[in-house]
Amino acid sequence: MIDFSVILAGFGGQGILSAGKMAAEAALYEGKEVSWFPSYGPEMRGGTANCSVVISDEPIGSPVINDADVVICLNQPSMEKFEASLKPGGYLIIDSSLIHIQPTRSDINFIAMPASDIASELGNMQFATISMLGCLSKATGCFSRDSFESSLKEVLPERHHNKIPGNLNAFDKGASYAK
Amino acid sequence: MAQKRVLMKGNEVIAEAAIRAGCRNYFGYPITPQTEVMHYMAKKMVQIGGNFVQAESEVSAINMVYGAASAGARVMTSSSSPGISLKQEGISYIAGAELPAVVVNIVRAGPGLGGIQPAQGDYFQATKGGGHGDYRNLVIAPASVQELYELTVEAFNLADKYRMLVMILGDGTLGQMMEPVAFRDEEPVVNYEKPWACTGRGDRKEHNTITSIYIDPDVLEKKNLELQEKYKVVEENEVRYEAIGLEDAEIVITAFSTCSRISKNVIRQAAEMGIKVGMIRPITLWPFPSKIIAETAAKSNVKAFLDVELNAGQMVEDVRLAVNGQKPVYFHGRMGGNLPTQKEILDKIVEIHKGGNV
Repeated sequence: MIDFSVILAGFGGQGILSAGKMAAEAALYEGKEVSWFPSYGPEMRGGTANCSVVISDEPIGSPVINDADVVICLNQPSMEKFEASLKPGGYLIIDSSLIHIQPTRSDINFIAMPASDIASELGNMQFATISMLGCLSKATGCFSRDSFESSLKEVLPERHHNKIPGNLNAFDKGASYAK
Repeated sequence: MAQKRVLMKGNEVIAEAAIRAGCRNYFGYPITPQTEVMHYMAKKMVQIGGNFVQAESEVSAINMVYGAASAGARVMTSSSSPGISLKQEGISYIAGAELPAVVVNIVRAGPGLGGIQPAQGDYFQATKGGGHGDYRNLVIAPASVQELYELTVEAFNLADKYRMLVMILGDGTLGQMMEPVAFRDEEPVVNYEKPWACTGRGDRKEHNTITSIYIDPDVLEKKNLELQEKYKVVEENEVRYEAIGLEDAEIVITAFSTCSRISKNVIRQAAEMGIKVGMIRPITLWPFPSKIIAETAAKSNVKAFLDVELNAGQMVEDVRLAVNGQKPVYFHGRMGGNLPTQKEILDKIVEIHKGGNV
């Protein structure tokens, strides 16, 4: 795997930057080279937020992505902005609870999953991004479920470890949408 | 022994590295994209008995650095381009008074307030002066979060060793990105004696004086000559660079920091197309690795140079001085906060290759 790139985008406050970090941590657990680069500057809650994650077996050149292997969108403006950034054959994964448009491209893999509805059913909106990480993992194999679980154990302080099963549940629910 | 790799932001790693290097004094003023250095220092310094001050301005912060350095303490400030411009008066005074200090510039796009995205437009300012008078700063350009850590620790040693200001020149990409970093169990901190420091007269016969004012022209000229002698020693001993594939390269890229990372991947792509590309990555921007560039330019396998920067062409002037007309030197730059893509650089390589220069 060389420079496998993922863009995550949505509203500020949806946990976009954290989800990107969790993906990077999971890949790091597998001994991969990883980089995480945020949109930064005058950002605000409710505004747009995005981050780029690169996973590679080789040292990473640019942490800024021009052609993404995967674009994960949690709102419509992000999809409109980043659909064009996908490589042909790349994955566009969207939260269909919040986005009601179709992609304009036919040369990509399109996965619409009701991430916010899944999160709402599980009683924690933070699980929306987690379920999409599950789909990302299952669809592309850029990191495994085991690595995701292990990295959570490593990164989270002990007092939060009781939250890991809930996260894995959301992860698995999301994975079931992968094709 | 290296510890397990952890994922950390470049800016936070700079602060952690400084603390590990024994820095217990940090004075700063917030500015994007380096503010996380301050955040980290604000949190940590109180826990370890150090001093953290959010000054009322950049000018104030650099003068606090002057004060702490005068007392022999390891001290750092950090800022981004417009803030570093404000610090230039103090930087010149620090050079004049021969004080060891570390200044971090996480460069953003200029001129003026410019933007907040990554750039390398401060190369001239960092390496050619910035403030007034004949002086040099030792300028280090890390290219990864791991290097930000290792070279920041090293910066404190070099500052003390030569009694001079060491600047870490990063950019918004390096400061904002997270990458794995493996910390060492023990840091190679060298504790230099500082008999010149103003720590109270104590048993000394004379009190120590820290100053940069010498009214008598002959005295000041002597001081200047001493400084130049010191800079010569630094040029002889502290040049650092990374060289890749020079043995059979047809085209040699010169690039530092972020641009060198992108270029490394271009080298791989070019090789797949049958074009041999090498790279010289200056790690110290001053002293500049002129010698290796001159030697490389003289090699028969090398047909051309391509300098890649996030500016309108600054380091390329030093590359051209070193190449000294032996081979053509081409340039590719992006500005405004944009980064060159691998494809852009590769296209340029192909164009040079086709142009009969190789």
